[in-house]
Amino acid sequence: MSDSSSYPLTTADGVPLKTSLRRAVRRSRLKALLLVSPLLAFLLIAFVMPIAEMLWRSVDNPEVATALPRTAEALADWNGEALPDEAVYAALAADLEAGDKARSLGKMASRLNYEKSGMRSAVMGTARRIEGVEPPYKPALIAINADWGELATWRVIQRESSPYTLSYYLAAIDRQYSPDGDIVAVPEYMQVYVGLFWRTFWMSAVITLLTLLLGYPVAFLLANLPLRHSNLLMILVLLPFWTSLLVRTTTWIAILQSQGVLNDIMVAVGLIADDARWQMIHNKTGTIIAMTHILLPFMILPLYSVMKTIPPSYMRAARSLGGKPLLSFRRVYFPLTIPGIAAGGILVFILSIGYYITPALVGGQSGRFITNYIAYHMQTSLNWGLAAAIASILLLVVIVLYMLFNRLIGVDKVKLG
Amino acid sequence: MTQTLEAEPRVSRADSPDEPCFARFIDVQKSYDGVELVVKGFNLDIRRGEFVTLLGPSGSGKTTCLMMMAGFETPTHGQILLKNEPINDLPPHKRGIGMVFQNYALFPHMTVAENLAFPLEVRHLSKAEIERKVERALAMVRLDGFGDRRPAQLSGGQQQRVALARALVFEPELVLMDEPLGALDKNLREEMQYEIKRIHADLGVTMIYVTHDQTEALTMSDRIAVFNDGVVQQLASPDTLYEQPDNAFVAYFIGENNRLQGEVVELDGERCAVRLDSGEHVIAKPVAVDAVGARTTLSLRPERVALVSAESAQPLDNRFTAKVLEVIYLGDHLRTRLSVCGNDEFIIKTPNADGFATLRPGDTVDVGWTFRDCRALDA
Repeated sequence: MSDSSSYPLTTADGVPLKTSLRRAVRRSRLKALLLVSPLLAFLLIAFVMPIAEMLWRSVDNPEVATALPRTAEALADWNGEALPDEAVYAALAADLEAGDKARSLGKMASRLNYEKSGMRSAVMGTARRIEGVEPPYKPALIAINADWGELATWRVIQRESSPYTLSYYLAAIDRQYSPDGDIVAVPEYMQVYVGLFWRTFWMSAVITLLTLLLGYPVAFLLANLPLRHSNLLMILVLLPFWTSLLVRTTTWIAILQSQGVLNDIMVAVGLIADDARWQMIHNKTGTIIAMTHILLPFMILPLYSVMKTIPPSYMRAARSLGGKPLLSFRRVYFPLTIPGIAAGGILVFILSIGYYITPALVGGQSGRFITNYIAYHMQTSLNWGLAAAIASILLLVVIVLYMLFNRLIGVDKVKLG
Repeated sequence: MTQTLEAEPRVSRADSPDEPCFARFIDVQKSYDGVELVVKGFNLDIRRGEFVTLLGPSGSGKTTCLMMMAGFETPTHGQILLKNEPINDLPPHKRGIGMVFQNYALFPHMTVAENLAFPLEVRHLSKAEIERKVERALAMVRLDGFGDRRPAQLSGGQQQRVALARALVFEPELVLMDEPLGALDKNLREEMQYEIKRIHADLGVTMIYVTHDQTEALTMSDRIAVFNDGVVQQLASPDTLYEQPDNAFVAYFIGENNRLQGEVVELDGERCAVRLDSGEHVIAKPVAVDAVGARTTLSLRPERVALVSAESAQPLDNRFTAKVLEVIYLGDHLRTRLSVCGNDEFIIKTPNADGFATLRPGDTVDVGWTFRDCRALDA
């Protein structure tokens, strides 16, 4: 092209233009950075670090490596095809003796027990009797507990002595390592999580669809009413945000339970018999109704923001060109609202698969979400690794959905209000 | 429908005896809030093939009238007829009226060709026919080959053409335009005015055009209805409107206009004498004054005021001495502000040509005009 591409541009005093520009904007950049730094710091501590911690915990596997350092080292080169040799047994004996003295074997024993039942008693029992055992250690240990003579035992120890593990993720999708080290499905009666994931996803999809069906006409009204009326309607839409989530959820219990308002009314007007009251709470129905209500604003607002930008002249043009009202809507208005539908849909779906309080309160046994099991493993079973693995899978789903959305619609289309 | 896009160029069929008027507004009133009338008793007869413009300042009710014709607003009172059929209760999509909107209202998610095909598809035309008509319509607005573009990829003028083509592609007999050129810059606007005029002449289609731009109205229309305050102030051809305004509003709204306030002191049918507030007497043509003693506004077009040299003896009814206050150079003519009869906003226009004296601020000159050019209107 012209000279400008072959010679770098300079300012009047010979400084390259780019350098000069950078200098000029540095000050305003610094100011911008200072303005957002409190929020950045907060996000780092309250958002980024916990997520990193969670991801770390879902694969973190320190127990065996810390409690059995010598054994882990000795097993590193073991090929897994025959029982390990004397040196490994000697290392195990030394580890167990040291661990018994330091009383630091408990966690490791539980950890191994997740993988192979009986390991807790094998470890703890052997550790109690390890003092005074003479070499050769191999026959001596096998004599104390026959598990030490099994290949599977050593395979588990070798596998779990790695500082990272996939076993939490396997457990989160109802899989486990077989004694031979293959990945297999857990027995059917123990399968929980895959079913729960599916239930969470399809119920969230139903909730998303319901919020769309209920929210679309409201958003349309909001976008097309004169300002005076639409302001009032907007307040009504936002009203739920001003009430505690807990209050709204428990209100649904009062309305929907078998001795609740709705059942009472239906019995009173003779719609249903007194002994055939509908079970609408503490099951899937309850979860879907309550969550649809709670998440409705998150569908309405993005829809509204998109609809507000569609001038009424489009529909008028379609009508004047001869389109019947419904056809005009289908061909002209509806396609223009798709970014809003996608934005609202993705928002409600993502919020919904991560919802906790409402399913916990009104879901009963059948209306629980996967999140309720994350909480269970955090608070009750204390299997944080599994909780972290389930949560990470949810996070992955959300990220995939987000990327899909961004590819198909473009994330810059999402606006609230 | 009798008209097709390929029809022979035709002039207005205004005089068809069996169809006295093509579209009619009869005593139409419109109120949005039940308190105020936006349109107060609107009457208009439109002949087939005519180009009628509704002109007025914003809020004067002109767009409301157009929307009532299109079917997007219902009259609160009165009737709208199209080909002698009342259409008050007919929904917009059954009226078969083409419409061009202020911001074009091209469907952004469809290509230009899909936009044009829309009215044909809803009329269930065959694919081949749709394709043929779309192509012909694009050629008519000189946008051949633009069919695959999206509206957002077009310039404002091109979008305007597409909107025009879309309103015409299904061959409506009546086309409504709601300030269609408002968003274009001046040069493009003038170009589009001629384009629309050409298409109107080629197709012989009836057009109702809404604008607040008087130049646009004067350039394009067969007749203009000047709106103010929900009432038609005057309905006439452009030249009548400009040269013989019925009232002070029309005189003020159409073109530039010198105004002199005064009181009628003599009235004899053809001419009247007016004593201005500053004391001078002016001979004028009575238009909207009916009695001696009435207050009146004299309206005088700047180009009808002549500069007279002292020695010339032109037979002018009115002659006054004026002081030059300001001269503005406008290329083809000079616009000079004078102080005449106590009015410091008195404007005259002189051609920028040989034989016309060059004025300078501070000069004293004589100006004059005939009584016919000076219309005595309502106060």
